[in-house]
Amino acid sequence: MPFPGELLAIDGALLVAGAWLAIGIAGIAVLHDIRIVARVLFPVSAALSLALAGVALAALPGSPQVAVLAIGLPDLPFHLRLDALSAFFLALLGLASAGISVFAGGYFRQGEGTPPGLLCLHYHLFLASMAMVMLADDAYAFMVTWEMMALASFFLVTTNHRIAEIRRAGYLYLLVAHVGAIAILLCFGVLQANTGDYTFANMRAQAHPPFWASCAFLLALFGFGAKAGIVPLHVWLPEAHPAAPSPVSALMSGVMLKTAIYGLVRVNFDLLGSPLWWWGVVALAAGLATALFGVVFAAAQVDMKRLLAYSSIENIGLIVVGLGLAIIFSAYAMASLAALALTAALYHCLNHAFFKSLLFLGTGCVLHATRERSLGKLGGLMRFMPWVGWTTLVGVIASAGLPPSNGFASEWLLLQGFLFTGELPNPYLRMLVPVFAAGVVLVAALAGYVMVKFFGIIFLGRPREDRLAQAHDAGALERIGLAWLTAGCVLLGLFPVAVIEVIDPVTAALVGRGLAQGGSAGTWLLLAPVSDQRASYSPVLFLLMTAAIVVVTFFLVRRFYHGRLRRAAPWDCGFPLQTARMQDTAEGFGQPIRQIFEPFYRMQRELPSPFDAEPRYRVSVEDPLWGWVYLRIAAATEAASRWVGLLQRGRISIYLLYSFITLVALLFLTQA
Amino acid sequence: MNLEGILAQLLAMAVALAGAPLLVGWVNQCRAWLQNRRAPPLAMPFRTLHKLFWKESVVAHDASPIFRIAPYIVFGCMLLAAMIIPILSTNLPLAPAADAIALVGLFGIARLFISLAAMDIGASFGTLGARREMLIGFLAEPAFLMVLFTASLISSSTSLATTVSSLGHREFAILPSLGFAGIAFMMVSLAENARVPVDNPATHLELTMIHEALILEYSGRHLALLEWAAALKLFAYSCAGIAIFFPWGIAEARDHVALLWALPVLAAKLALGGLGLALIETALAKMRIFRVPEFLATAFLLGVLAILVHLLLGA
Repeated sequence: MPFPGELLAIDGALLVAGAWLAIGIAGIAVLHDIRIVARVLFPVSAALSLALAGVALAALPGSPQVAVLAIGLPDLPFHLRLDALSAFFLALLGLASAGISVFAGGYFRQGEGTPPGLLCLHYHLFLASMAMVMLADDAYAFMVTWEMMALASFFLVTTNHRIAEIRRAGYLYLLVAHVGAIAILLCFGVLQANTGDYTFANMRAQAHPPFWASCAFLLALFGFGAKAGIVPLHVWLPEAHPAAPSPVSALMSGVMLKTAIYGLVRVNFDLLGSPLWWWGVVALAAGLATALFGVVFAAAQVDMKRLLAYSSIENIGLIVVGLGLAIIFSAYAMASLAALALTAALYHCLNHAFFKSLLFLGTGCVLHATRERSLGKLGGLMRFMPWVGWTTLVGVIASAGLPPSNGFASEWLLLQGFLFTGELPNPYLRMLVPVFAAGVVLVAALAGYVMVKFFGIIFLGRPREDRLAQAHDAGALERIGLAWLTAGCVLLGLFPVAVIEVIDPVTAALVGRGLAQGGSAGTWLLLAPVSDQRASYSPVLFLLMTAAIVVVTFFLVRRFYHGRLRRAAPWDCGFPLQTARMQDTAEGFGQPIRQIFEPFYRMQRELPSPFDAEPRYRVSVEDPLWGWVYLRIAAATEAASRWVGLLQRGRISIYLLYSFITLVALLFLTQA
Repeated sequence: MNLEGILAQLLAMAVALAGAPLLVGWVNQCRAWLQNRRAPPLAMPFRTLHKLFWKESVVAHDASPIFRIAPYIVFGCMLLAAMIIPILSTNLPLAPAADAIALVGLFGIARLFISLAAMDIGASFGTLGARREMLIGFLAEPAFLMVLFTASLISSSTSLATTVSSLGHREFAILPSLGFAGIAFMMVSLAENARVPVDNPATHLELTMIHEALILEYSGRHLALLEWAAALKLFAYSCAGIAIFFPWGIAEARDHVALLWALPVLAAKLALGGLGLALIETALAKMRIFRVPEFLATAFLLGVLAILVHLLLGA
C-alpha cells in the first residue's frame, strides 16, 4: 500500500476516469445549456485527456502497478493493473481524445437530437469506460467496462435518434457488439481453465493445452474482431460511423477500435503464453482479407463518412496483419523479429488514431458548413475552408501511407517485418508470407487512390452546388483540435525512433525483446531497425532534402527567369461551355476500381437509354457479405423461430398440458 | 558524412539534372530514326525547357495553392529519387535517408500531388487524368515494390546502396528470379513513365491521354518543371533498372578511378536502354485503357513470382 498522499500512476489514471464521470454528471446538471457544456466542460475534459496521456507515458517504462477497487458485487472487486501495454493504449486514448474533445467543444450545438448535457454524459462515460477497459485486470471488470463502453457508444451513435436510419444503424451496432461480447466472455471462460478464478493473473499462470489455447485464440479473434471490424464482422462499422456525430465517429474509429486491438494483444501475447504458428496465419489471412475488403469498398463509396469507415476497416486489417506476423515470429521464438512486427502494429494503432480522427473531424467541419455528406454535391471547399483543407491534406497523406507522414513509418516497419520471413524455419510459411506482403503492398497503394478521391472531390475542383460558396471555416476550438491532431501526424512521422523507444517496454514485456534495445533502432535521425546496412529511413532528412530542393528551385527560377503569373479561365482543351457538373463525380472516380474488382461488389446499375427525356444514372454498390452471411443467418433464425412458434397455440389448456407433460417427464427422470 | 561523399552526391545530382533531358532527347531521336523521320537535335528538350521557363504562367481563376506548389513538389521528389539511386557511386551520404520502400513512397507522393493538382482546376480532363493516373499508380506501385523486394531478398537489404554493391559483387549468373523481376520491371517502367503501350507521350488526343491530361492546365515555368520532373522520372527508373539488373561499373567508396569510369559506362548503358525503349515504342501499339490493369496485373504477378522463385530455389 502506498502512503496516503503518495500517488501512483494508476491512481492518476483512475482519478482522470473519475473526473470524466464527474464532468458527465455535471453535464446532466446543465442539461440544456450548450454554452457551459461546449465552452467549459469539453475543454476541461481535453485537459484531463492530456493529464491521462502524461500519466500513462510516465508509467510506460516502469514496472506494473496494481490496485483493487471494491465496487460491484460483494467478494468480486475490480482488479486493476497498469502495465506497459495498458499504459501505451491509455496514452493513445489520452493523446487522441485531447484533440477530439477540444474539437467537440466547438462542434456540438443545439438541436443534435439528444440534449447537450446528456450527450456530454454519454461522451464522458464512453471515455471513462475505455480507460477502465485498458486498466481492467480481471474478466469481471473487463466485461463490465466493455459493456459500458458499448452502451455509451450506442447512445452516442443514436444521438440523432429521430432519424429511422440512425436508429437502425445503432441497433445493428448493439447486436454485433453483443455477439462479440459473448465470444469474449467464452474466451475468458476457457482461459480460467476450470479454476473458477477470473483474474488475469490466474489466467497468465495457467498452462493451456494446445486445443483449449486454440479455442481461446479463435474466440478472442471473433469477439474482439467484432469490435474491430474484421471481415465478416464489419457490417456495423460503415453504418454506425457515419450515423454518429463526427467527434464521436473520430473517437470510435480512432480509439474504440483500438480497444479491440488492445484486447487481442492482451489475450494473445499476455494471457495465452506461447502461441502456435497457425494462429498467426489465421490472423494474417483475416487481416489481409479485412484490409483488401475495406480499401476496395472505400474506393466505391460516395458518402464521405462511409468512405472513411471503410478506410478504418482497411487500417484495422493492416494492424491485424502486423499482429499475425508477430504471432508467427514469436511462435518460432524469433524475439527480435516479433518485436519488429508488434512494434509496427502498435505504431500503426497510434498513427491511425491520429490521422483517422483528423479526417473524421474534417468531415465534421464540412458537414456543418455545407449540411452535405454526399461527395457528389461537394467540391472546391479548399478556397472557402482553407484551415480544414490543409489539415485534412496532412491526414490524407498519412492515410495514404506516403512519406514523410506517420502512416508511412509504420507501413515501412511492417514491410521490413515481411522481408525477414526468409529466416523462418517452416518452408510453407516462407512461401506464403511474401504473398501476404504483396497483398499488403496492394492495399497500401489502393489507399492512395481512395485518399485522392476523398480529398480531391471534397476540397478541390469547383463547387458542385452554388450554396457551397457560403461554407464557413472551422471555429476557434475546432481549429485547436484539428491543429493538435495534425501536429501529432507530423511529429509521429518525423521522429519514428522516439516513438519506437516509447513502444519498446511494451514489446519487451510481451515478446521478450524491444526493438530499440541496444540502440538497434538507429539514432534519432535515422530509423534502422536492424542495421543501417540492412535498411534505413530518415524522415527528417527526407523532408529537409525535398523542402530544400523545392525552395532552391523556387528561387532559382525567379533568379534566372521571372515569376510572372496571369489568371485566366481554365483551358480544358478549348471547350467553351464548362460547368462544375462536368467534373468527375465520386461514382466516376471510383469507376475503374468498380470495374476491376467487380466480383467483390453487389452492384445495381441503372443506365439511361439514348432516348430518355430525363436521363438518369444510378449505381448502388452493396456489401455482398450482407446477403451471403447475414441475411442467411437471419433467415435461419426466423425459420427456427417459426418451428418454436408452433408450440404457441394461445390457448390456456394447451399450455397447461405442456406443464403436465413436463411434470410427468421430470417425475420419470427423478424416478430413473 | 565526408567530403568525398558530398562531392559524389553533388555529381549525382548534376548528372541527373543534365542527363534526364538528354535521355528524353536521345529516345526521341532514336524513335524518329526508327520511324524514318528526321530527328530533332539531342539537346531539344533543353531548348523546350528554356522556352517554357521564359513564358508566363497562366493559372485558372479557381486554382488553389496546391496547383501552384505541386510542380515544385513533384520536381523535388523526382530529383531526390534520381539522387538516391546509386548510379555512379554507392557512396552517397543521402542514400540512408530513403531505402527501396521509401523510393516507391517518393514516387507515390509525387503522384498524389500531381493528381490533386489536376483535380484542382475542376475541368473535365484534369479529373479524368487524375483518375487514370491513380489507376495506373495503384497497380504499378506494388509491382515495382515486388521487383525491389526481389533484389532486396537476394542481397538481404532494402538499402539501395547495399543492394547494388552486393548485386555487383555477385558472380555473373542469370538468376531466374531476377529474370522474372526484369520483365515485371520493364512493364512497370513503361506504365509509370507514360510510354507506349500504356500511354503515348506524343499525343494530345483527349480520350487517350493520361499524363498529358494531368498537366493540361499547366503552362510556363510550372509546365517546364513538370516536364523536367517527367524526364527525371524516366532517368530515375532507367537508373533503378541499371542498378538492379546491370550493376557493373558502379564505383564503391574511395575508388576515384572507378568514379571517373562510371560516367561513360552509365552513358553507354543509358544509351542502350533508350534505344530499347524507342524500339518498344515503335513496335507496339497503344492499348485501351482497360487493358492496362491486365498488363500491370501481369507485371505484379511476375514480381510476386520472382520473390517466390527466389525463396523456393534460393536463386
